[in-house]
Amino acid sequence: MILRHGKMPQVSSVPFALLLIFFALILPSEAAAADWYAAERTPELAAVIICAAAVLVSVYLARGRRFYVRPLPGVQAIDDALGRATEMGAPVMYLTGWGGDLARPTTMASLTILSHVARRTAAFGTPILFPSHDPVVASAAQDTIQQGYAAGKRPELYNSSDVAFVTQSQLGYAAAVDGIMSRRKPGAVFLLGSFEGEALILAETAHNVGAVQISGTDSTIQLSFFLVACDYTLIGEELFAASGYLSGDPLILGAVRGQDILKIIIVAVLLIGTVLGLLQIHVFAEWFG
Amino acid sequence: MLRKIPVMVCAVCGVFMAAQYFIVSGPVSQLYGTVLDWMQIIFVCALLVGILHVITRQIKNISRPGPERWYAMIALFGIALMVVLGFGWGISRGSPFLWVFDHVQAPMQTTVFSLLAFYVASAAYRGFRARHAESAVLVLAALIVLLGRVPVGEIISPYVPQTVSWVLNVPAVAAKRAILIGIGLGMTATAIKVIAGMERTYLGSGGR
Repeated sequence: MILRHGKMPQVSSVPFALLLIFFALILPSEAAAADWYAAERTPELAAVIICAAAVLVSVYLARGRRFYVRPLPGVQAIDDALGRATEMGAPVMYLTGWGGDLARPTTMASLTILSHVARRTAAFGTPILFPSHDPVVASAAQDTIQQGYAAGKRPELYNSSDVAFVTQSQLGYAAAVDGIMSRRKPGAVFLLGSFEGEALILAETAHNVGAVQISGTDSTIQLSFFLVACDYTLIGEELFAASGYLSGDPLILGAVRGQDILKIIIVAVLLIGTVLGLLQIHVFAEWFG
Repeated sequence: MLRKIPVMVCAVCGVFMAAQYFIVSGPVSQLYGTVLDWMQIIFVCALLVGILHVITRQIKNISRPGPERWYAMIALFGIALMVVLGFGWGISRGSPFLWVFDHVQAPMQTTVFSLLAFYVASAAYRGFRARHAESAVLVLAALIVLLGRVPVGEIISPYVPQTVSWVLNVPAVAAKRAILIGIGLGMTATAIKVIAGMERTYLGSGGR
């Protein structure tokens, strides 16, 4: 882990050393860098540095500490939903949506939650259904669920047919998932990831088969559908905070704290910008483009 | 060591992809293009694995008794038919492949999409029941917006369309931007965790 071990530079400290060297080279000599450095992107570069610093310093300070995390109703409902599915003798369905591949941070955050769900379902002896639109996501999910079952001491629960790539077509994916839901009647449906037009079709089908729905997405348009159609919804950054909340890992929670610090900085910038704007001082607004 | 290599590759690629955004030189742009090409190649390979998995899963389903058997047969028939039509007569305009796509797949997709209209109505019915104060605000805002979007709203009062514009441009946009800022920060923090090797979900271990 970054900054965790003091003896030798670890794998994870290498990229930031490279970044520091890169920034150290380009920033002091603006004239020399004029040919190859995109100077108009300096505000973005400053934002990247501030974000990275806030997250990494928070992670560093988080070592060995315990943080209070505001209870998230959607996350607290996960165990209840799994318990309900188990009592009904029904499987659990987990969907990451049609909108994202494995390169998308939302999908990564969702797979981290899937890891927790897999361990819990292993403890309950409940199977997970994971139809995917992306073969790479399906492959990562297979491994995640397999390891979750192994960690829960129930590796025999894993069935490769239940965790599979179905199709890349958006509405074909919606139809396939609807069909699986109608036939297998899951007791709980998790809709966590990047969803697009298929979001409401999936959420309403889940409601029609009587499943508890826990949702969360990075699309504000689909979020409004989830809010009215689902039992619990993780709003905005709650989806990303959920992985830290569930893992209880102080380093991951440290990163969540870093996000909160950045939020305070953004609110301060907005307030300063508003006051300067009212005073007809436009330098600040111009700097942000 | 086996676990450290992919983490290191990911870290180096992550730093490169972040750094290339700020660099306008030719060699870096070329390297970026090459990386994008490689991503396509890797995706196509993964897609082949996915298709093989679909075929083996459907063959397994055929051997099992139950309704899944018939769906599996239709799926396998569809895959085989499109492969034969595609390789036999090509995929150009007027080919049997495109005819099947236009006259079978496209109408089926449209049918699934049309479900959305009914689902919007049923979700709205459930969501707009004023069970508590927040729901009441939602119902009120929805009623105003609906009224302002039809001619009768203007007849009732000229303030109705103006109120709709205000609702859509001020409180709705403010809430949307607040959510977007949270999502953006979450994504940034996740990306930093991936580059730093704290988040290893892409290795298939759920971040462990």
